[in-house]
Formats: sequence, C-alpha cells, structure tokens
Amino acid sequence: MTIGEGSASTNQARHTHVADGVTVGFFTDPTVCIGCKACEVACKEWNHVPAEPTAWAGTSYDHTHALGASTWRHVKFLEQELDPFRWLFLSDVCKHCEHAGCLEACPTGAIVRTEVGSVLVQDDVCNGCGYCVVACPFGVIDRRPDPLPGSGGAFKCTFCYDRQVSGLTPACAKACPTESIQFGPLEEMRSRAHGRVAELEDRGVRDVSVYDPVGTSVGGIHAIFLIPGPPSNWGLPPAPEVPTVRLRAAWTSAILAAALAVAGTFAAFLTT
Amino acid sequence: MSDFETRLDDIREEARRRGSVEGPGTRAAGGPMPTAAGAGYYGLPIVKPPVWTWEIPLYLFTGGLAGMAGAIALAAHVAGPPAAETSLVHSALWLAFLGGAVVSPVLLVLDLGRPRRFLHMLRVFKWRSPMSVGAWILFLFGGAVTAALILTEWAVRPGAPTAVDTLRTVAIVVAGILGPALAAYTGVLFGATTIPAWFAHHRDLPFHFGVSGLGSAAAALELLGFRSPALHAIGLGAASIEVLLGALIELRRHGPVDQVLREGTSGRLLRGSALLTGPAALVLRLVGVIPGAAIAFLVGAVLGRYGWLAAGRASGRDPAATLATQRL
Repeated sequence: MTIGEGSASTNQARHTHVADGVTVGFFTDPTVCIGCKACEVACKEWNHVPAEPTAWAGTSYDHTHALGASTWRHVKFLEQELDPFRWLFLSDVCKHCEHAGCLEACPTGAIVRTEVGSVLVQDDVCNGCGYCVVACPFGVIDRRPDPLPGSGGAFKCTFCYDRQVSGLTPACAKACPTESIQFGPLEEMRSRAHGRVAELEDRGVRDVSVYDPVGTSVGGIHAIFLIPGPPSNWGLPPAPEVPTVRLRAAWTSAILAAALAVAGTFAAFLTT
Repeated sequence: MSDFETRLDDIREEARRRGSVEGPGTRAAGGPMPTAAGAGYYGLPIVKPPVWTWEIPLYLFTGGLAGMAGAIALAAHVAGPPAAETSLVHSALWLAFLGGAVVSPVLLVLDLGRPRRFLHMLRVFKWRSPMSVGAWILFLFGGAVTAALILTEWAVRPGAPTAVDTLRTVAIVVAGILGPALAAYTGVLFGATTIPAWFAHHRDLPFHFGVSGLGSAAAALELLGFRSPALHAIGLGAASIEVLLGALIELRRHGPVDQVLREGTSGRLLRGSALLTGPAALVLRLVGVIPGAAIAFLVGAVLGRYGWLAAGRASGRDPAATLATQRL
C-alpha cells in the first residue's frame, strides 16, 4: 500500500470493523498534508461541534491553538527555519490510548472503550467533574465552557463511532483530500507508518519517525503519527505516562498518612 | 486579555514604532507574525490545566478538616469518658457532619459542569480512579457521621435500647477510620494527574493534606473553646510536620517543575501558607497564644489549598515543565 490509493484505499471502503471487533486506528502523515483543514471542518459538521470565539495566536498562523472540547481535529502549522525553510502541517487528534488516562480517571463510567478499541465519552452520563482533563497525557479532552451547546460536559474525538457502526470511515479521514489521514485496522496502520518512514529514508529524508509511544505506560496509541523532527516540536510529549502509574506510591503515602494521623491522635488523647 | 492578544498588541506596537517587525519566523515565512520563543509547539501547553474553580480548594480544606474531626471524635470517644471529653466528641462529630456531610458535598456538586448529575458519581466504583474512590469515601463518611449524631441524640432518650449505644460506637469507629482517608486521598487525587507540579509531589501531597486536615480540625475545636492537652499536642505535632514538609518542598529540587511553587501567585500563596501553618503556628503555640496559633493554622491551610490549585494551573500551562519531566 502506498500513499494516494484513491478509491481502492481503506479510507473510502465500507467496513464491518464494529461488528467484527477489529481494533482500528488512524495513521496521520504530515509529509502529504496540505493544511487545508478539511478534517477539522468535516469533524465539526458531522459531530455538530460548536464554533469557538476566535483568538489570534500572535505566534504563528495556527489560530486554532490546540485540541479541546470543541476542536477534535487540529491542524498544527510548524514553521521551521531550516535550510531549505520548512513549513509543515500535522492533523492532531485524540490518541485513543491503549491505556487511557481519561478512561481510568472517569468516576462516572461515562468514558468507555468501544468494540473497535477507541475511547468514547458518553455525553448522557458525563457529569462534568473535570478529572479526565488533568488525566490526559496529551492535553486532548476538555470541559466545554458556557454558553456553548452541551456546556459543562467533557468532549473529545469520538473516532466517529456512530459512523463506524454504519460501516463508514470517520469524517476526517473520509474528507482528507491527500489521504494524509488514513483509517483502517490498527496493525495495518502501524505497518503503513513504518513502511512510510522506510520509504522516506530511502529518498534521503533523515529526521522522520513514527510517533507511537509503545514503550511507556501509555502502551501505544490508536492514532499513529509520522513526525519530522522531535515530538516536542509538535507539542507531543516525548515519553507520555498514564497518570495511574503513580497510584501505588500515592495511595501508599495516603494510607501511611491516615494511619499516622489516627495513631498520633490516639497517642495524644491516651497519654495526656 | 489573553496572552495571545497581548502578544498581538506587542507586535502592532512594534510595527507602529519601527515601521517593521523583526523576529524569528518573520523573514522566512514572509508573514507578519514573529514566532515567540517558547518550549514545545510555539510555547503552547502540552497538557490541559485543571478546569476546577474556587470550590475545589475550599473542599480540600473542609473535607480535610471534617475527616480529621472524625478521627479526633473516635480517639476522644475511646479515651473518654470524662464529661469534658464527651462534649468534645459531640462537637467533633458536629464539625465532621457540617464539613463532611453538608459543606463538602455542596461544594463538590457546585464544581461539576453538570451539577444535576451529581449522583452519577455513585453509578460505579472504580478503584483506579481517585475521584471515584474519594466520592465513595465522602459519601460513606457523611453517612457515618450523620448516623453517629442521630444515634447520639437517640441514646440519651429514656428507654432507648442498649443497641443504640453500640451502633453509635460503630458509627464513630467507621467515621474515625474513613475520616483520615477523606483528608489524605485528595493528595492522591492531585498526584495521579499529568500536571507536573502535582505529580512530582505525589508522595508528599497525601501527607501534607492529611496533616493540614488534622491540624485544622484541632484548631477549629480549640477556637470553639476546647482547651485540652490532647488538642494542644495534635496542634504541636501538625505544625512541626508542616515545618518539615515545608522545608522538604523548599529544599528538594525538581528543576523547572517546582518553579510554580516558589514564583508567581501560586508561589506566594504556598509560601505564605507554609509560613502560617508551620513556623507561625508552632511559635504562637509554644508561647501560649492558642487562639492565635489556631487561626494562623486555619488561614494557612486554606491558602495552601488555593496555592496548590494555582500551582497546578500554572504548571499545566507550562510546556517546559511537562517536557522537563519526560525522558526518552
């Protein structure tokens, strides 16, 4: 499989991944992205994601800034003063982590794992506690502020679960004119990503790599990226950790602290 | 005005003054936007700062105070039964009830994005989510102290069955065990996040919040007029541990991550808090000014909780702090 497969690609074909329980993924390749933002628009239209007030960045041409409650695809614009000058685009999205911080943190059970391995927020269950916001190592999920529709709840990319149930491709991948966003079974996406890196290296491109942190507690992601340069340039954490890795140590401290408090209080009352 | 708009105004001002704008990004891109220096992607945050507002720090304070009041009630109940101690048990239970079953739940519900769905917190129990565990601890603690108070009123009525007194003891024991957990779990809540200044202290925060809660409960009871050597001893112990924790946090170096604990609004709040709950409370107590020590500790405890939230906001917004915690 190579880039630009047209009507033969997995982006356009109908599928039965939900019924078959196939773990799916995105592969996003900035080397063919033209920065048209069709993914952002298709996502907003399909999912009825409200518009937000414009805030001019003043730092780059990227005035969308970041993923958030009302931005589920975000095309990053990276200007680099290399020789020759390089201007790159990367369509960022929820990573649908193998071990998802938001899913673990959610106290209501509103955030669930679907048949296709994606992480989904059930809006009719979410009570807006905001704990998922500080549990995401990628800064993706956020609570939607007033007065936008659906305000108070936490929102992020749904991996177009509703479309997938009907055998359709997620809106962003469907709309992408250069197939910079590819959709299909996760393992196929992984092999395509590594194949693409090999292909680019053959052509003499040196600084590209696959962003898929399988070595950390996140355990890999379901939205894989090809990235030129280091991840930090793209605002991607180089070694993201799911916050629950600190639970054991933190709870040990809490239990010790509670025991110490009880012991101290008893000592104070029984000896004085 | 947002940082972005401030930056845009700076650019306009520079263009007006000098006729052109210089800076990295302007030449190569040919565009009018200079690239501001900053870590990561144009200095934008990598993780999201907490969305919590004023209710959460206040809850950390009231929940901690109420929880540890439960522990004091249990210890005083076991140490009893002099008349003074019995009335101390009663007052501590009232503190625990008002803090743990009235004020704290209201604050938590107010903070929700969708307050009417507060009961969804009890839909499931997830031991991997400190928020879920905490909601259940608060719910059970509130139930236990409410039961203890009702049973206390019932037990003094003529003709009350003896089982009432036994049940009351059970309720006090449950509250006395869950209370310290209520005070300390909030440290886990902050520690198990992606906010650098919080997770760097995931081992210290449960101790800090627990001790702060214990000292606050003792201080509140002293302000209610109780003067007991036991409360004095608890106050001394809490202030001493706060001195140690304060020194530990000042001395230990987490590099750029701990900057927010020393600088800006969060730094001022946290240092002010450390001074009040630690040295100030300790010295006032040693010279015998008990109400002064109690007030210093309580004010410091409140400021500290707001300081930790402010630190979390600043830390979450700082991509350099996030990157500093990550090694490949």
